[in-house]
Amino acid sequence: MGGFISRFIQRYFRNIFRNRSHVRLGLYGPPNAGKSTLANKICKDWLNQEMSTVSPIPHETREIQIKEEVSIKNEDGKTLSFSLVDTPGIATKIDYEDFIKKGLKEAVAKKRAKEATKGVIESIKWLDSMDAVVVVLDATQDPYSQVNITIVGNLQARNIPVLIVANKVDLRRAKLNKVKAAFPQYEVVGVSAKLGTNVNEFYNTLFKLVG
Amino acid sequence: MVTFHFVPYQEIEDLNSTKRISKLMGIVRQDKIVVLEGQLHKEEETALIESTMSDINEEFRGIELAVIYPEKQKMDAMKRLKFDIARFLVGNRQGFTIVGPASIVKRVRQNPSSIELFTQEARKRKKR
Repeated sequence: MGGFISRFIQRYFRNIFRNRSHVRLGLYGPPNAGKSTLANKICKDWLNQEMSTVSPIPHETREIQIKEEVSIKNEDGKTLSFSLVDTPGIATKIDYEDFIKKGLKEAVAKKRAKEATKGVIESIKWLDSMDAVVVVLDATQDPYSQVNITIVGNLQARNIPVLIVANKVDLRRAKLNKVKAAFPQYEVVGVSAKLGTNVNEFYNTLFKLVG
Repeated sequence: MVTFHFVPYQEIEDLNSTKRISKLMGIVRQDKIVVLEGQLHKEEETALIESTMSDINEEFRGIELAVIYPEKQKMDAMKRLKFDIARFLVGNRQGFTIVGPASIVKRVRQNPSSIELFTQEARKRKKR
């Protein structure tokens, strides 16, 4: 009971003191869902520059990446400015042997695994600093994985607005409806961050979320 | 052989978050799969992931986590109210939480009403 009250008080005061004039928008999700690809797409569209490196090997982003002052415009000419925070993918297991199977040398794989564990911890610590979060999921993967549910549940518990992006809808295996069925209480937008498919709907929904 | 270790909710209800996680991780580190009655708080689930990440080394590769619980969306308003009151009074006793070492549980497939655990082959486990 004490824990519940202290959590309620923390959330109440956090919401009072949250600085709304400077929105911090986080990209969260499991590894290789396409967070960095989406971050790059946003930055290319509005700043004409890239933000993060991407790779087919999981845990390419192992440190928090921040792009300050990203401004996007909607069809009505309204502007939304935010700091974009690309976070390392959240996972419950990291096995350096999986990186070796992807072609990395053992020493490099071990280093990557160690950095990736720190990255996951960083991502979780930053949850409290976000004003809104885009949860990026791979639409070809099972949406009911506990990591996805834990991320979304934590954001809900912290009263942080959430938009779910089902990425990689260009792939035949993508199942957008399954992602929508898994999170019926949230807005789910299907995109291909790599090809730019449906990103305008994503921007419009983002305006509704934090605009 | 795979060992399941049942943890009744009463064994964790009086523990703070740190001790709860430490208890569950202690069992997992003995290469057992925890079947916890009820659920952790969402913040405790992330703390469990943080704790796991801190522990990862060449031998311990992490955990698989799954939670199965009654779907609130499928309840009518009265049942949902009763559910929330019960949870407030006696804790998150509804459902089950499964936590297993990644060296034993290869993959978890879950949908709202079932959980399938795919285990690693014993030979591969011994190698580790």
